[in-house]
This record gives sequence, structure tokens and C-alpha cells, in this order.
Amino acid sequence: MLGHRLSEWCGHGPILEEDIALANIALDLIGQATLFLKLAGETEGKGRSEDALAYFRDAIDYRNVELVEMPNGDYAYTMVRQFLFDVFSYHMLEQLQKSTNPALAGIAAKGFKEVRYHVRHSSEWVVRMGDGTEESHTRAQKALDDLWRLTAEMFQADDIDREMAAEGIGPDIAAIEPKWRAVVDDVMKRATLTIPNDPPAMTGGRKGRHTEYLGHMLSEMQIVARSYPGAEW
Amino acid sequence: MTSNETQWPLWEVFTQKDDGSPHEHAGSVHAADAEMALQNARDVYGRRGNVVSMWVVPSAMITASPSDQAGPFFEPGAEKIYRHPQFYKIPRGLKGF
Amino acid sequence: MDQQPQNTTEEALNAKFEARIAAGETIEPKDWMPERYRTQLIRMMSQHAHSEVVGMLPEGNWITRAPSLKREMVLISKVQDEAGHGLYIYCGTETLGVDRAELVDQLLSGRAKYSSIFNYPTLTWADMGVIGWFVDGAAIVNQTVLAKASYGPYARAMIRICKEENFHKKQGYEIIATLAKGTPEQKAMAQGAVNRWWWPSLMMLGPSDTNSPNTAELMRWRVKRKTNDELRQRFIDLTVPQADAVGLTLPDPDLKFNPETQHYDFGAINWDEFWQVVKGNGPCNRERLQARRDAHENGRWVREAAEAYAAKHSSPAQSAA
Repeated sequence: MLGHRLSEWCGHGPILEEDIALANIALDLIGQATLFLKLAGETEGKGRSEDALAYFRDAIDYRNVELVEMPNGDYAYTMVRQFLFDVFSYHMLEQLQKSTNPALAGIAAKGFKEVRYHVRHSSEWVVRMGDGTEESHTRAQKALDDLWRLTAEMFQADDIDREMAAEGIGPDIAAIEPKWRAVVDDVMKRATLTIPNDPPAMTGGRKGRHTEYLGHMLSEMQIVARSYPGAEW
Repeated sequence: MTSNETQWPLWEVFTQKDDGSPHEHAGSVHAADAEMALQNARDVYGRRGNVVSMWVVPSAMITASPSDQAGPFFEPGAEKIYRHPQFYKIPRGLKGF
Repeated sequence: MDQQPQNTTEEALNAKFEARIAAGETIEPKDWMPERYRTQLIRMMSQHAHSEVVGMLPEGNWITRAPSLKREMVLISKVQDEAGHGLYIYCGTETLGVDRAELVDQLLSGRAKYSSIFNYPTLTWADMGVIGWFVDGAAIVNQTVLAKASYGPYARAMIRICKEENFHKKQGYEIIATLAKGTPEQKAMAQGAVNRWWWPSLMMLGPSDTNSPNTAELMRWRVKRKTNDELRQRFIDLTVPQADAVGLTLPDPDLKFNPETQHYDFGAINWDEFWQVVKGNGPCNRERLQARRDAHENGRWVREAAEAYAAKHSSPAQSAA
């Protein structure tokens, strides 16, 4: 989802160098998503390919956190969203490399290499915008204020997460939060940005209860694939 | 329209393709500081892999040889033929010298 | 400067320059060059760079609707390459002593031109295939020759670009080949895109030699090595068999192989349409420029933020830049 969102910047970034950087990150993320979806389809055993899972599921069947489906907004919004997710993804993939499921561990190892750079890119931008001009600081702070409420959802383990963690397949995502928070605190301090005190928003993305944005995003993404069912591309 | 437009400084990018080979000039990028220059260089000149190391150097820091005096500047070196191994005669038939 | 020989009059320098060109030597940034050579190169290279950058838009238009994850990734990496290629050529142009900011300003204010082809709209997914096949195909024909241009930085940028662009045409042709052997609707989509893009692709290689004011001079200076008409003929000769191979028809009833010339003859190009598009009256001229202006304006505070941060935190060595 986030890769798809980033790809919307292609041709519209603040400077050519950033168009290229965002495209790289989008490619990494969509690549990771493809591998995870392929594995999910194989594990399900009903013959659904990664494309079937991406293009022929409705929003209500998507299981992503709401943070990543939020619209791009301005560049501050995009970068703060990216940073908050990247740090989570970094710790999650780091743990997932130790999964007892070798296929998952393999995907995580590949993704972990990529996300190390993503964190570097987004954190340096958050710092530059926070500690840049008055305008950039205002925009970055606004983005953080808006998005902060959606971060708690990343660490809310459900029964499946707990079962996976118990079997050593998935990481203990609740345990990631303090590590995530330490990095976020450090970067926000460098960025001279203030973490808001707002309580978490009521979110339900991981149960399929998404924001209204997801439906629009998917309707665009799925239009060609669904208009010609059974076609090869 | 944008006469007050400033621009990020230019940096020259050097990439090393394999361990042990020299860094070669790949091109340039614009960036406000060294960290961003390195990131931009990575994204622009390393996006197809095939790079193991990168340098970025502010373009303004490079001092170049005078191009209109390439003759006087370099020819004295080329004339010192005794620096080249072909200058020396080795007995015929000797291999692997 | 006091070491310079005394006979470096403009005339003598010019004669020396022309002799170097005639001998096939490569001109480098710090070499002396006639002002006219410099301005012609800036014009040509910046147009080329602008074309790459504006060229991101018609294809970017379909990234979010690509019909499979693989196609989406391929398209992103292709559009990304266009940003990269624009960047390489801007950097090459900067060696001639002009800032990228100035070049971008020329584009956004409408003073600079870019390739006419990108003012046409992308209406179906098949357009992604045809752009790769025709537009990148034509660009490769042009750039392969430019890779031997007399100006070193331009030639080197072209070599890098040609290497990277290899996959652009192939992915486009693969999209079209897949559609052509797909459902009847898919084949119709492919044929429709071929019909819409064929003539604009031929025009993209530039006005006919009889009507191209810059060609003679650029050829003499070995910046261009083939005329527009020669490039166009080469593109047509390459493309016709490729269309046959996937069972699609190029929309020109006069297109047929001429055994005498060993080339394909083709019908008359509607140059009026070409000049209309060049003058700004094409289907998407305004939208394309507006999109670039918006990106530039919306990005201004971002660029300023990075500058402000660098000014606050730079070390002495870096501030020398």
C-alpha cells in the first residue's frame, strides 16, 4: 500500500533526485509486498497468486494498518508517514529474519537490507524538515500531529499475532514498540519536533475496517485488472 | 519567474564497481549537504546495483588541469620513455620476464 | 593566464576547434569552443533533458492502474529511469556553464521546448506498451547516434542512457505482444494505441531535413551524426517487421517495402499537426507544463528546508561547496 502511495509521487517530486529516491523505495516496498502475498497465496493453497490477492480483494479484506493507506499530502506528510512506518518495519523485519518459517525468514532478510536504507532516507528528511525553515517545521509538526494517532495500531497484537509469536513464526510486535519509540524519540529530538500527547485513534485496518481512503485507492489500482477478468498482462 | 531561485550545490559522484577496482567518475547530483549527496548518488547512480562503494565530492572543490595547455602540462611526462617497460631490451626467447 | 600564447585570437581558436571536430576529436567542458557551439548544445541538450522529465508524466499517469504487480514495478522503474536520464543530461548541460535551475526555469516559463510526443494523452493501458515500443524505440535510434556526438559529456550521458534504456523498448513490446495474443478486447486495445501513437512517433524524430534549420550546423559540428529523415527511415525499417510479428497493423496504407531502396516507403506526415503541437496547441501541452510547475512550486519549501538545515549544520569543509 505504501509503495503504491509513494509511486503517486513519480513525476511530481520536489526535485529530480527525490523522484528517483522515492521510486526506489516504492520498488522495494512493492517487491516485498509481492513476495509476502505470493507466500500467503501458496500457504493458503487455493491457487490464489500474488496478483489475485492484490487486485481481486476488496478493501474490507485487506489487512494493512491505516497509517500506510493515508493519502500523500505534502512532502512532510509523506516523509513523516514513511519514517514512522520505516522504523516499525525495520524492527519487525529484523525479528522476522529469525522466523521458524524459512520462507518468511528469507523474505524478511531481503527486506531488512532494503529498509535500513529507507530509515536512513526518511529520518534524514524528517530532521531536515523539522530543523529547516519555519515553514518546513510547521508542516512537519502538522504531519506528525495528524499521523501520530495512527501509530499505535502497528503494535496492537491480536490472537493470530500472539499465536504466531508463540510458535516462533512471527515476532512479538508489542515488544517492538519500545525499540521503535526510542528511535522515533531520538529523531524527533534532532528534528526539533514535538510528539503529541493525543490518545490513539480508533483504528481497525488490521481487521478490515479501514479509512475511507483505501476504497478509492483500490478502485483505481484494480480497475484495469478487474475490467478484463481472466486476461493476462 | 523564479529569479530568486537558489539551487542546491553540485557534487561529483565516483563509484567503485568491484572490490579492489578504482573509483571512477559516474556523474553528478545536486544536494544541500554531504549526507543528502551520498543518498542521492546512491539512488541515481547505484539503482542498478553493481556498486560497492561511492564517494561524493563538492564540484567546487575540484581543481582541474588547464585544458588549453594540455600540451605543456602532460607532454613532458609522455616524453620520458624510460618510464615505460617497452623502453628496455630483454634477450630474445626469454619468457615470463 | 600570462602563459597563454599570444596568437589565441578568436579566429585562430576557431580554426583549431574546427580542425579538432574534423579530426573526430571529442570536445570537453574546459576546451575552448565557439559561443554558437555552446548555445546550440545547451539548447539541444536541455530540450533533451526536459523531454525526459516531461516524459515521466504520460506514463506516470498509469502507474497506479497497472494491471499486475510486476507491470507496476516495471513501469515505476521505467519512469524512474526517465528522471535519472533527465538528471544525467541536465548535469551534462551544466558543464557548459549553465545552472539546472536556469534550465528548469526556461522549461516552466514556456521558453524551452521538449519533445512533441509527450503532449499526447495516454488513454489506455496499451499506451504503456506502445510508448515503450515506438517512443523509446525512436529515442534509441536517435540516442545511439548521439552517443558519438562530439561533445564528451553529452556522448557519455547517451552511452549510459542507451545501456539503461534497452529494457524500456523490450518491456513495451512485451506488453503489446501479450495484449495482441490476449482477448479480442485486449487486441483491440493494442491496435487502438498503435493507431494513435504511430504518426506522432514519426513526428517525434523532428521536422523533415528540408525544414530543419539547425540540422546542417549540428551535423557539421558532429553533434548530430544523422539527419532527422535518416533516423525516421531507420525507425520505420526496424518497426514494420516488429508490428507484423505480433499481427498488428500500422495505420499507413502507403507503407510498403521498396526493393530498390531496400527501405520502407511511407505516407505523407501531417506536419501541420506537428507544428501545432510544438507551438503549444497539442492535446496536453498545458497540463504537462502545469504538472511540472506544480511539482516545482510545491517542492520549493522542501528544497529550502534542506538548504536551511545545511547552512545551520555544515562543517567548514562542506561550506566550501
